[in-house]
Amino acid sequence: MFPALIPLIPFISALLLMAGWKRFSRIGVTVTGCGSIGLAAVIAIIIAMQFSANGEQAIVQHAGNWLEAGGFKTGFDFRMDALSVVFVLVITIVGFLIHVYASGYMHDEPDYARFFACMNLFVGAMLTLVMADNLLLLYLGWEGVGLCSYLLIGFWYKDPANGYAARKAFIVTRVGDTAMAIALFMLFQYTGTLSIPGILENSTHVWSVNDGMITVIALLLLGGAVGKSAQLPLQIWLPDAMAGPTPVSALIHAATMVTAGVYLIARTHTLFELAPAAQTITAVIGAVTLILAGFSALVQTDIKRVLAYSTVSQIGYMFLALGCGAWSAAVFHFVTHAFFKALLFMAAGAIIVALHHEQDMFKMGGLKNRLRGVYWVFLIGCASLAAIPFVTAGFYSKDQIIWLSWSAAGGHVGLWLAALLGALLTGMYTFRMFFLVFYGEEKTKVHHQPGNSMMIPLYILAVLSTVAGFIELPHTMGHVTLFSNWLQPVLPAVSVLHESLAMEWTSQALSALLALSGIGLAYAWVVKHPKGMSDFLEMPAIMWLRGYWSRGWDFDELYNVLLVRPFVYLSRINRRDLIDTLYTGLGAFMEWCHNVLARTQSGLLRWYILSVVLGAVAILSVLIWRIYL
Amino acid sequence: MILLVLILVLFGAALLSWVAGVKSHAASRWIALCSLLVNLGIITGIWLEHTHSNSRWWYQFRMDWVPHFGISLHLAMDGLSMLMLALTFFLGALAVLISWKEIQNRVGFFHFNLLFVLCGITGVFLTMDLFLFYFFWEMMLIPMYFLIGIWGHEHREYAANKFFLFTQAGGLLMLLAILGLYFVHKANTNVYTFNYFELLNTPMTPFMERWLMLGFLIAFLVKLPAVPFHTWLPDAHTEAPTAGSVVLAGLLLKTGAYGILRFVLPLFPIAAADIAPVAMLLGVAGILYGGMLAYAQTDLKRLIAYTSVSHMGFVLLGAFAFNEIAYQGVVMQMITHGISTGALFIIAGALYERIHTRNLRQMGGLWLRLPMMGSAAMIFVMASLGLPGLGNFVAEFLVLLGSWQASHVFTILATIGLVVATAYSLRIMQKVFFGPCDRQYAMPDLNGRELVIIIALVIVICWLGFHPQPVLNTSQNIDYVIR
Repeated sequence: MFPALIPLIPFISALLLMAGWKRFSRIGVTVTGCGSIGLAAVIAIIIAMQFSANGEQAIVQHAGNWLEAGGFKTGFDFRMDALSVVFVLVITIVGFLIHVYASGYMHDEPDYARFFACMNLFVGAMLTLVMADNLLLLYLGWEGVGLCSYLLIGFWYKDPANGYAARKAFIVTRVGDTAMAIALFMLFQYTGTLSIPGILENSTHVWSVNDGMITVIALLLLGGAVGKSAQLPLQIWLPDAMAGPTPVSALIHAATMVTAGVYLIARTHTLFELAPAAQTITAVIGAVTLILAGFSALVQTDIKRVLAYSTVSQIGYMFLALGCGAWSAAVFHFVTHAFFKALLFMAAGAIIVALHHEQDMFKMGGLKNRLRGVYWVFLIGCASLAAIPFVTAGFYSKDQIIWLSWSAAGGHVGLWLAALLGALLTGMYTFRMFFLVFYGEEKTKVHHQPGNSMMIPLYILAVLSTVAGFIELPHTMGHVTLFSNWLQPVLPAVSVLHESLAMEWTSQALSALLALSGIGLAYAWVVKHPKGMSDFLEMPAIMWLRGYWSRGWDFDELYNVLLVRPFVYLSRINRRDLIDTLYTGLGAFMEWCHNVLARTQSGLLRWYILSVVLGAVAILSVLIWRIYL
Repeated sequence: MILLVLILVLFGAALLSWVAGVKSHAASRWIALCSLLVNLGIITGIWLEHTHSNSRWWYQFRMDWVPHFGISLHLAMDGLSMLMLALTFFLGALAVLISWKEIQNRVGFFHFNLLFVLCGITGVFLTMDLFLFYFFWEMMLIPMYFLIGIWGHEHREYAANKFFLFTQAGGLLMLLAILGLYFVHKANTNVYTFNYFELLNTPMTPFMERWLMLGFLIAFLVKLPAVPFHTWLPDAHTEAPTAGSVVLAGLLLKTGAYGILRFVLPLFPIAAADIAPVAMLLGVAGILYGGMLAYAQTDLKRLIAYTSVSHMGFVLLGAFAFNEIAYQGVVMQMITHGISTGALFIIAGALYERIHTRNLRQMGGLWLRLPMMGSAAMIFVMASLGLPGLGNFVAEFLVLLGSWQASHVFTILATIGLVVATAYSLRIMQKVFFGPCDRQYAMPDLNGRELVIIIALVIVICWLGFHPQPVLNTSQNIDYVIR
């Protein structure tokens, strides 16, 4: 089997849908759009099975040369190793489920073919990203993902707000991409190649640990990663990315795009290991982001915005893990997060459609008995996101990160406390949303039930969100290490400083307790004492704080004041190009001279005589002055 | 001899289409189109024949013209000339096609001028005699002046005069520098010659070299154009008819870039190296300043015109980086910019034919009516912001990768230009095709002729993005000045 087929099939299908958008019937679009991803998933599974059976390190396929110029050479090389297999499987399988769901969700959309073309392109670009064997090809996927997010967030193009959100996503992530591009230039300068294995191999010869240059490179790569993964300080685009149709949000948040940064850092972990300072910064960014986004999620009213902030927060956990050197823990959380976040988004989409495109949670309520199936899958998703102990996948993956944020070599008590605070916040905002939507009185009538094409993917994801955790269990509970063993050839095991069962128990108990008390608080807040709570929330100081958090800590405003408005202002006042006035000024001056001189030709004899006399006097005086003085 | 044929075909066709235009418009158009296709065929043949050749000069043609003054009819072709000519004939053919319906008055004279410009451009790319070079350089100018001044939009006369004055001023400086070089060479070797190859290693004082280099450089910077000599460009591009804009952006600007690569760097390597930081600064200034100006425009063609200033900044940056990767990127950028900007002008022209405005404020939501044109615009907008997979990315990436070795600061600033490019490029899509559709324009999407043009351009830009190797291989065999 050829690995290159996996990204190629979605690309071809996207091309077909784009070229023949008029000729395809609706069913034809569905079959092509979903089928291509399904086919890619099947091929990915076959390759993964071959891979594990043969015990190979990596399968690399050279699908063609790309460019070669002056000592720089790169090709279309696709790589399947333990790390990319994990990403490819998640992207294709979750992506397939999202596509199936979308065929139901977008059923009445006139631009059905364009939608599926962009979705396929999106998956194809993401697959290229995670399978690229060199950084230039990775960059192709990386930018391709940015393009597709732009196309899909702005899918409903008639509303300028959607267009704004789409442009924001593209431009903000492009800022990160710029940093990454510079990292590429530097890597080529020092290692003479952009092939990933080549770079990783050369890096240890070229740089010693803590070398200044490698730190700069790692930080630039981190800049690219925080852009795509919506981490501080480039997190601002993700909440607005909600403007796209809900399946798009599911795709962006679960299977593609935002996990690209996690992948990049995991893939180049050797460079980060050489730059402990950059690693620490990664961890700190993750910790700070997860808390800030947690608070923001707590005060949203739009159900999709809660989920968006929760994604930012959960990716924060992954960055925290990466920063601590717990590579496989980060990837593990990516996997479980992909399942439960896709589930939550699509379930939220089902609710939104059922309520006639109502997204405000305060206008929902009491849906427990109205949307039975959705209620259960949403509960499972929320449980997994809030990391309810033992029965959810989210618990095992998040708990591992929390524990390692203290015990790993790169860990720190501060990071651990931040992660614990995050656990409390996650429980609170998740179940605040859950109770608001499903409990209380019914405020909006359910107008139709989601169909099978939407529900079946949800059931599958609900199962995955539960059982996926059992492939990696902590020391204290069974100690299963299937997942980290799988990744072992690519990602080294985390070096644990504090090996203590008692401490691990304490950490787990604490995080579980905090998650549960978060849920309890949410219950008290929303279901038990809504009256007392709303009085508290109406207090001026609290009102201000809520506004501040709900605006995402005013980062948008900050960038508006610092960057956007100055740029727009400067470009606007200079619309007519200052430099051109120089030339028009020159022209005007010439014309002025012309006018002045033309006036001398007046036809008045006495004026001419006067000029002649004055001229003669002037010449004579100069002569006299030169000769006699 | 084949080189002379390339020029004579265009020259003959120019006269013929003028004459034929009196009787039949269609005949005039077909003559123009066929002559360009013939030349395109010849060039393709030459390219295929030389894909694996390592020889430096593929063809030489030399005939004395005024032997007394050392002037000869000296043409030569290497990889660089060949690539530029392929671009010339390709875009030239598209320019004829795009004018098929747009130009309805004085059709014969229009095609005469169009072919005459292309003839001049062909000469510029082929000639190896500096006197002849100046001759062709000026020959491009006058028909272009007519193209803008006669068939342009509302402010065409102002734009045409401005274009003429700027390029003429630059050209005169170049003439002085050519004569200076001619006499310096005579003083040192006692031979009067305008022959490029003989002038290559003229010994001269650093002082002299600097001034002669500046004469050439300024002429080419005006043409390129580089900040602060760029202000003729937005007016000329905006007011010209579509074919004029395509030829201006796609080809005339390239003669400036070509001049730098062919003359400034090899003739005056030391002085060029001395001035490299300034030139790179101008390049970066062009990238950022041009991008910012593009962002602010409300006239679609003017916006696209300013993106040219931004993109040609990469050419200047790369040309003065003095390494092979950057040079290959520059050659690539010359081609891909011609394709992508040409395509954007063609789309703007097609749009103007339908809604009779270039004002972005009066557009919006056109995707609803023109999905095919919108998709085409999306592709070329993405090309212009440097999306990988399209040709411009290869070019800009190579330029930046090469420039990084020469200057970190300038490269970082130029890379930031990519963000600015994203901002202005997406603005095109938003203002024209997305957003609410206020006006009820009833209009057809791309017709067959336009579709042929667009598809040809899309194929080329994707080909250059995914498989640029044939171009890179060809541009490898050029004598670069490398440090």
